[in-house]
Amino acid sequence: MNISFTKHTLANGLDVLLHEDHTCPIVAVNLWYHVGSKNERPGHTGFAHLFEHLMFEGSEHHDSGFFQPLQGAGASLNGSTNADRTNYWEVVPANALELALWMESDRMGYLLPALTEAKFSNQRDVVLNERRQNYENRPYGLAPMAMLAALFPPDHPYHWMTIGEIADLTAVKLEEVHRFFSTYYHPGNASLVVAGDIDPAAALALASAYFGDLDPGPAVAPVRPPDATLAFESRLLLEDRVELPRVYIAWLTPAMFANLDAELDLAADILANGKTSRLYRRLVFEERIATDVSAAQNSREIAGFLQIAATAAPGHTLSELEKVIVDESARLAASGPSGDEIDRGRVQAEAQFMFRLQTVGGFGGKSDQLNAYNTFIGDPAYFDRDVARYYAATSRSLQNAVGRYLDPTRRVTLSVVPRGRTDLAIPDSTRAVVS
Amino acid sequence: MKVDRTRLPEPTAARSFNFPTIEKSSLSSGLRVWTVSHPSIPVVTFALLVRRGAADDPAGKEGLAAITVDMLDEGSGGRSSIQMHEALAGIGAQLDSDIGSDAALLTTTVLSRFADRALTLVADMTARPSLDEADFVRVRQLRLHRLTQLRDMPGAVADRTFVKLLYGSHPYGHTPLGGERSLALLTVDDVRAFHALAIRPSDATLIAVGDCEHAAIARLAAEAFAGWEGTAAGEAPTATALPQPARVNIVPRPGAPQSELRIGHVAVARSTPDYHALVAANMVLGGQFVSRVNLNLREDKGFTYGARTSFDFRRLPGPFALQASVQTAATGRAIEESLDEIAAIRGTRAVTSEELALGVAVVTRGYARNFETPEQVARGVMQIALYDLPDDYFAQFVPQVERVTLDDVTRVAARHLDPARLTTLIVGDFEVIAADLARLNLGEPVVLSAETF
Repeated sequence: MNISFTKHTLANGLDVLLHEDHTCPIVAVNLWYHVGSKNERPGHTGFAHLFEHLMFEGSEHHDSGFFQPLQGAGASLNGSTNADRTNYWEVVPANALELALWMESDRMGYLLPALTEAKFSNQRDVVLNERRQNYENRPYGLAPMAMLAALFPPDHPYHWMTIGEIADLTAVKLEEVHRFFSTYYHPGNASLVVAGDIDPAAALALASAYFGDLDPGPAVAPVRPPDATLAFESRLLLEDRVELPRVYIAWLTPAMFANLDAELDLAADILANGKTSRLYRRLVFEERIATDVSAAQNSREIAGFLQIAATAAPGHTLSELEKVIVDESARLAASGPSGDEIDRGRVQAEAQFMFRLQTVGGFGGKSDQLNAYNTFIGDPAYFDRDVARYYAATSRSLQNAVGRYLDPTRRVTLSVVPRGRTDLAIPDSTRAVVS
Repeated sequence: MKVDRTRLPEPTAARSFNFPTIEKSSLSSGLRVWTVSHPSIPVVTFALLVRRGAADDPAGKEGLAAITVDMLDEGSGGRSSIQMHEALAGIGAQLDSDIGSDAALLTTTVLSRFADRALTLVADMTARPSLDEADFVRVRQLRLHRLTQLRDMPGAVADRTFVKLLYGSHPYGHTPLGGERSLALLTVDDVRAFHALAIRPSDATLIAVGDCEHAAIARLAAEAFAGWEGTAAGEAPTATALPQPARVNIVPRPGAPQSELRIGHVAVARSTPDYHALVAANMVLGGQFVSRVNLNLREDKGFTYGARTSFDFRRLPGPFALQASVQTAATGRAIEESLDEIAAIRGTRAVTSEELALGVAVVTRGYARNFETPEQVARGVMQIALYDLPDDYFAQFVPQVERVTLDDVTRVAARHLDPARLTTLIVGDFEVIAADLARLNLGEPVVLSAETF
């Protein structure tokens, strides 16, 4: 499955990718900036994401909300920030493409003149509420923070969450916004996809007109992380407002698209995704000692981690769950997957891949995928090779990946237990520090 | 080309769009087979709609419809539960079951080369599920665990408590999951009986959308669903008397950093002639980012990450609700502002022509976006099947919303929103906000427990 496209790099360094699809009279505008929370420093966390909010508060030539003109034209729009990138997208009726490009280019080129202390402080409050809603007031919501902090050393840029520390968000000053904008928000650090019901030549002319005269900005140095290895097993515990305890186990694994990344993705599925997975069958279906189990190979740009999580059924301990998880990982390392498991894993990977390409825009549609390939590996034509990684995986290579990376003596194990019930944690766990 | 940054570019003329055409036939059993050809990518979505849902749960057996639907994938025709899931996984199928008050929906999306196998599996699950006792005990246990976990989730506690407050013992007075007491009393015989009485072809529609052709799907459906017969028993649920909840209710959550809010009342059914005007009115009030409620509570005050309102249009009158999760210290002010916004749109601060134009444009100009993927189209077609909407419903939607006038929105807001009947529910730190609530002059808050329901 290849997605046809053309790629053009403007003189200021902006990549413009065009893809035609006339199924629906809509156009996706999808803009990636190659900046995320991994570009932050300790003491200044949460900034990339807070900045994303400010991008919706107006720019010099349209100094009011970003949503209104676009929604009035029939657009849907959003943005998101993760450790590695920030994306912004609009899906507009085909007749409003120029409006979307006007708006995106204005905030790329002319954000700061419109940015006031009042907008800044309002959006900081909104972000603090986002943090309360999605992390602090959500069961198990602080577990990801504890896991990242234990997996990566304090000076590694994956040590903190994208949402950031409360103290850092409270301390941040408007001047930092200016510095951040000039460092990262410019054509040379961005990639634009226009996909859908377009005439490619006309769309390129529009994109060039709106973005072509913006200043290129300074080159952004790649992030060079300190070495991240786990020398031993760390056992942590976290008390939370939960009824049922849950265990998280994670290992450091290869980065996105690196050797054995696809194998570990398949291994996560074989272990814990869906009712046919080994851990679901044992923990939930047969032994009934857990209420749920899940796993994912979280591969990021400069490192990855494979994480398994399972919630104990009432009357059962996290140690029982941990034993089964470690046993099944060891068994997969020792004997590899069955032929059926490999076949199912591949066809599921292919289907999921195709399902993500059903839309031109939004999170995970064709335009987002083109930008992911272009931003992370500089090759938007990677579709076929991406799927091919899963078909190239063999029982042997998968077994090798599991044996090499899911080492029971070098992992992070976190017990999340009801408040006041630290006795329910896996023995010898120490308290995790989260805020 | 020279860029003009002094004003925003006007959209050019809208491009026309042909809304999906539904091809229809019926099997002798009564099962309706509706297909839409949508061949842009090699994917097919099947949706099996049964017009029976949680509102059909017998009193005392709340949760029965949902657990019955949940058990459809637990084996069939000699396949065990695990084997059924191996078969689904083997074709990369994504299976979802949804249950609401009015209907149950089984949806699967597959690569089109697996369409035949997927349809056969959907038929096996719907028509011939094993419904074994051992599977039932396991599934029920998981649902009981789920209920335990929901007690920790402020949003879920609010949703479950709010429907009970608004509806009491009415068919809409419980969420589909049911409660711990009712689930514990259910037996596998209840499930078998519900399947035999309610999940019947006379009241079902098979919808197929994607890289497929009507005649082939109809032929395949006739084979796959052979032997599935019968007429759904019983009458559609009818409305019963509604309770009169207190103005302010609270489920205490000591130490909570935010208060989860629900403010609303029972409003209006899907069949209302005011439907399109209410859609437009709600866009202005709280149905989008640039609505009054979100701009006030989020963008002006910074109380919340987001606030919205909705009319839930169902077969019987569904709820109107404002929902938001607000920081604890702002609870009282957020409630005040919310009540004020709901009251004002009825006329004291009537919708302006700019607001209406924007609300209408958001809905109408973005409408084609809802028809991009087979699954989106299937969900649209499902609405037509569920609420007996006309065949040209999609094509008529935009002109009908465009006809809505300023008088219409004010009239329907005044008719269907009643400030005197609004009930507020808070899941939050009662000790911290008690004084704040007293100041609202809405009467003594009624304290509820998350375990009550």
